[in-house]
Amino acid sequence: MDSEILIEARGLTRRYGPTTAVSDLNLMLRKGEILGLLGPNGAGKSTTMKMLTGNLAPSAGEAFIKGLSLHDAPTEAKKHLGYLPEQPPVYPELTVDEYLRYCAGLHGIAKKDRADAVEQAKRSCSLNEVSGRLIGNLSKGFQQRVGLAQAIIHRPPVIVLDEPTVGLDPIQIREIRALIVELGKSHSVILSSHILPEIQAVCSRVMIINRGRAVYDQPVIATRNAKMESLTITLKRPPALDALNRIVGIAGVEDIGAGRFRLSLAGGNDPREVIVDAAVNNNWGLIELSPEVKTLEEIFVELTSGDEQERKAA
Amino acid sequence: MKNIFAIAGNEARRIFVSPLAWAVLGIVQLIVGIVFVLSLLDYARFSEQAGDSFGVSDYIGGSVFGFSVIVLLLVMPLMTMRLFAEERKSGSLTLLFSAPVSLTEIVLGKFLGLLAFVFAVLALLALMPLSLVPATHLDLGRIVAGLLGLFLLMSAFGAAGLFVSSLTREPTIAAVGSFGLLLVIWLMNMLAFNDSIPFTSVFSYLSLIGHFESLRRGIFSSADAIYYILFTALFLWLTVQRLDMERN
Repeated sequence: MDSEILIEARGLTRRYGPTTAVSDLNLMLRKGEILGLLGPNGAGKSTTMKMLTGNLAPSAGEAFIKGLSLHDAPTEAKKHLGYLPEQPPVYPELTVDEYLRYCAGLHGIAKKDRADAVEQAKRSCSLNEVSGRLIGNLSKGFQQRVGLAQAIIHRPPVIVLDEPTVGLDPIQIREIRALIVELGKSHSVILSSHILPEIQAVCSRVMIINRGRAVYDQPVIATRNAKMESLTITLKRPPALDALNRIVGIAGVEDIGAGRFRLSLAGGNDPREVIVDAAVNNNWGLIELSPEVKTLEEIFVELTSGDEQERKAA
Repeated sequence: MKNIFAIAGNEARRIFVSPLAWAVLGIVQLIVGIVFVLSLLDYARFSEQAGDSFGVSDYIGGSVFGFSVIVLLLVMPLMTMRLFAEERKSGSLTLLFSAPVSLTEIVLGKFLGLLAFVFAVLALLALMPLSLVPATHLDLGRIVAGLLGLFLLMSAFGAAGLFVSSLTREPTIAAVGSFGLLLVIWLMNMLAFNDSIPFTSVFSYLSLIGHFESLRRGIFSSADAIYYILFTALFLWLTVQRLDMERN
């Protein structure tokens, strides 16, 4: 965990008049991490991204790119940044090549390296076949890819992507995901999405934002394993409930009929092995053992659903 | 500096790939061309009576450039309306805002890009009086002074238009707004003719058009040039301020 911190946000807050879009958001991203921003519509994802890319000044707090403050040294900080906003920032009257060459120049790529940078970005986003076409005549999916090519053309250490797979067909989505994973190895990527499986497939960390607050910030691994809260087992020859209750690590047993039991687990224990041993030794006839994992979706719904918020507010 | 030229180059390219620029160039040339021919015919008719004191450069150059000002007042807002308003509307302004360039570089880049169009207009306008060179003796100094005046005037129009364009996200509103702004500054001159209004001399001094008169007549006064340069700089500075406000 000693790798370089590429993005840091401290107490990021943004108010639009009386409404607070983002409030006291802290974020830290190291090299090689891909952070997924999740949240319902209007939760403040795009506002957060705009602040992280210097498009919007925070009302309070500060953002740093590679240790450079976006407030005090904006041009220096922005050199290390690639940003794809919700709407790809393209000029419809230019061709893909013209546009990417301009972007390369804008991001300070030396003249002699520009052609290479353009080629590489086009290859990464599979744009070679449309190089000479006007961006305005391309489909939404291609425009999105041109926007993505623009964000990575200067190979910035920090890449911020606002819903990068919107408007793409399933094959393109897979390609773009693969590209993001590839980029994530050597860069830091922040991406926002509504699509939970996408976040799970691509990101190494998830942050859930609701009503401008970060309500969840954990590695994706945590959503896969650590959240096991109960087990369901089916036994052909079930013993008395007491016998199950005595197994170490089980906090409670509930008979749900037909030889099935729901075992709630005492914090953090994984008694699966013990259960299997006991079932074999006592000849219970174990035919099912399934952990009930809290999925990202359940976490998301739990954290962002309306009643939850109201209960907290009350 | 490199960034300014990169932005200016792209801006100029985008201006000249759009049909608007060519339509505007064509129509300006047509209208001013008609005026040129008419004043040429006028001159041919009256020159015998007027005698030697009445020069062709003065008459032709004066009427062509004087009339161009009115056409350009109508046309420049159309060329400046897109600069920021359209980019904001289409979201492409984000590209500039997240690139490692300062706001001053963005504004100067856009302005320089616009100047490429201004030079195209000037070159085409200059062709008309210059077409007389083989036939008669022209006072080139006068023509150049007139062109310089037009250049300064168009820079001022352009800077004001750029500023108005940075205020809105609708190109049409930007066009109407900058046309209105230019007309108001122009009309200050009219106030100056009304003696019942105090400070008439201030109004007449601030008017955009008053300072063009002498240049059109071939008198290069540094005060007039500085007026236009200050006017241009003021609006470019206001644009930078406005863009800075936008992020807050």
